[in-house]
Amino acid sequence: MSSHAPSFFKRYFFSTNHKDIGVLYLVFAVFGGLVGGIFSLLIRMELADPGIQILPDENYQMYNVWITAHGLLMIFFMVMPALVGGFGNYFVPLLIGAPDMAFPRMNNLSFWLLIPALLLLVGSAFVGDGAGPGWTLYAPLSTTGQPGMSVDMAILAMHLAGASSILGAINFITTIFNMRAPGMTIHKMPLFVWSILITAFLLLLALPVLAGAITMMLTDRNFGTGFFNPELGGDPVLFQHLFWFFGHPEVYVLILPGFGIISQVISTFSKKPIFGYLGMAYAMAAIGVVGFVVWAHHMYTVGMDVDTQAYFLAATMIIAVPTGIKVFSWIATMWEGSIDFKTPMLFSIGMIILFTIGGVTGVVLANTGIDVALHDTYYVVAHFHYTMSMGALFSIYAGFYYWFSKMSGVEYNEFLGKIHFWMVFIGVNLTFFPMHFSGLAGMPRRIPDYPNAFEGWNDVSSIGAYISVFSAFFFVFIVLEAFFKSRKAAINPWGIGATTFEWKLSSPPPFHSFDELPKVK
Amino acid sequence: MKNLLFCILSLVSFSAFGKGQPTDWQVGFQEAATLRMQEIIDLHVFVFWIITFISVFVFSLIAYACIKFNSKANKTPSKTTHHPLLEVAWTLIPVVILVVIAIPSFRLLYKQNDFSKIDMTIKATGYTWYWSYEYPDHDGLTFDSLMLTAEELSEDQPRLLTTDNYVVVPTNTNIKVQITADPAGVIHAWAVPALGVKMDAVPGRLNETYFNIIEPGIYYGQCSELCGQGHGFMPITVKAVSSEEFSSWVESAKEEFAKNKDDFIALK
Repeated sequence: MSSHAPSFFKRYFFSTNHKDIGVLYLVFAVFGGLVGGIFSLLIRMELADPGIQILPDENYQMYNVWITAHGLLMIFFMVMPALVGGFGNYFVPLLIGAPDMAFPRMNNLSFWLLIPALLLLVGSAFVGDGAGPGWTLYAPLSTTGQPGMSVDMAILAMHLAGASSILGAINFITTIFNMRAPGMTIHKMPLFVWSILITAFLLLLALPVLAGAITMMLTDRNFGTGFFNPELGGDPVLFQHLFWFFGHPEVYVLILPGFGIISQVISTFSKKPIFGYLGMAYAMAAIGVVGFVVWAHHMYTVGMDVDTQAYFLAATMIIAVPTGIKVFSWIATMWEGSIDFKTPMLFSIGMIILFTIGGVTGVVLANTGIDVALHDTYYVVAHFHYTMSMGALFSIYAGFYYWFSKMSGVEYNEFLGKIHFWMVFIGVNLTFFPMHFSGLAGMPRRIPDYPNAFEGWNDVSSIGAYISVFSAFFFVFIVLEAFFKSRKAAINPWGIGATTFEWKLSSPPPFHSFDELPKVK
Repeated sequence: MKNLLFCILSLVSFSAFGKGQPTDWQVGFQEAATLRMQEIIDLHVFVFWIITFISVFVFSLIAYACIKFNSKANKTPSKTTHHPLLEVAWTLIPVVILVVIAIPSFRLLYKQNDFSKIDMTIKATGYTWYWSYEYPDHDGLTFDSLMLTAEELSEDQPRLLTTDNYVVVPTNTNIKVQITADPAGVIHAWAVPALGVKMDAVPGRLNETYFNIIEPGIYYGQCSELCGQGHGFMPITVKAVSSEEFSSWVESAKEEFAKNKDDFIALK
């Protein structure tokens, strides 16, 4: 550690250092994930058996509050802070050989905006009846449907989290375009940097649309406008278009940085350079671009014109092509490699397998004709948890185990890490695979009680969820164990496969990463 | 054990589950009660086999790589980073597969939206939290349909799926359902899995879908768009009967719901 690092309070509360802010983001994400995990536990306890299990006084609104909080927490306060704010902040400057982010004070603001956002969101669950319109916030349920302060609080939480992400996105784009080390051309950047660059563009273009939509919602609720109120000449479906114009790029925001991490982890542990680098980079760019023109596949049943539906069917299917390129390129990177099955690699292989399942069920859902039967059923819940809860979460775990020793200077226990992998792998599959069955059988989403026939698979799901939530706490234990035992980490624990800049710096890297800018040969 | 075997068999064939409602440990679609649903099931089976094949292919490649190219089996990694032919192949072959899926998919989509042959219309309106029905072709017969509580159910009526007044319709008739919601209310969705219909009930909009039930029976569905605290408790019960039975039901229903009809006319 460099000698002129400031005192603890100054260092973490007034920080403008990208590594410290990255650490703050990661701690925040772990906290957000645990709170979100507790909400998933409540949901699965309620759904473990038919009838009302734990909801007090048949208060069904409380169930809607849980699902809303679970969704918003996991997206805005777990996955995004971990992947973009955490790993992005910490490693993008290191990977491109920059001394810090372009706007260090704005970086500080990005992080600290999230704290009041989280307080407002969690607070909204305890004010009045709580905010229960689902994470999609569909009007009119979120406008005339739920009076009281709670939904306003949730909207303001989204405003703050959105502003935080927009500022972060500006920072990343500026940093990546202007602060690369000499010789680090755009086509030599590690794929994680590519993924963050594309993600930042998605955030920059999508979040203002959300901000506009929820501002209209705020004025509909409080100042008598009628953007989404048909009695005043407005249209509820307008909100859905605006929401999903943000919402679909948003789901790629959640997964693209994961793609970047997986690419680097696979390459490191296969001891081979990534296969088809340019294809990989431009596949992500293609996913980003096409991701902006497929939004209405979330709205196949709102009563759109049939030709419009046909267009969205075709556009949605196209997404499968660049995604396929990525999956095959990962496998080709492993091919003829010399693979070490360390914990990050296990999570990466797990991610490829499970993301493939989530991807192919996406192809099923893209078919408008079939989606009529599956829309808003548990099949959709299974699909997006296979991409999010397995795709994004496994990427986060992969990145965490991959970079943990670099960030902390201590090594995690490899054996415990592997146990953790298998626990999560079994837990999430047990939770989400049966949901395909319930969905095909017709079980609707977001219901606190279900017809008795759905009992069996829901029971299995709940057992899986208990294992998954337990594994999240086990993960915290692994981190604490590593700090407690304090096994000193090497500069490069992964060997010849780890070729990027961060593995040439000490563990943890000095307060000022580079005394002299590194050069790319 | 018997259940499990049944499950596996049904998983492969995607058929033979309970009629009009889900059954224990069900893993596939409900039995189709309309041609519309049968077409959905057929396309799904087609796509299902394609995605299963792709998944198994990908998993086999991963398994092979893990066994053949782990650090014990293969000490020296190759340096290959490009293979143009391979990269073109895994771009173009998926495109071909998607086109193969898309063609029948477009056909189904346009068929589902073909309203050229309609014999009869009913209208469903979503309220918080029940459905209200109108029969504009039958003197504006109108009634509300509320969920029966556990105490009100008789032996063979499934919980959370049964309503007090069934939507009675004739079999072998092309029935258009117009769907909307209380203009001052929230969005709901009218869905009956066995009929292959699901359509959002949006305030201020009149959506439509259609079905043609082949056999008499009772077909259950639930609201499929989050609509607040009663979202899980506004089911849909459709009863299909022969056209003679339907005519006599219309007569008796007109009497039973006469007061509703007066309100309906007054509203008009």
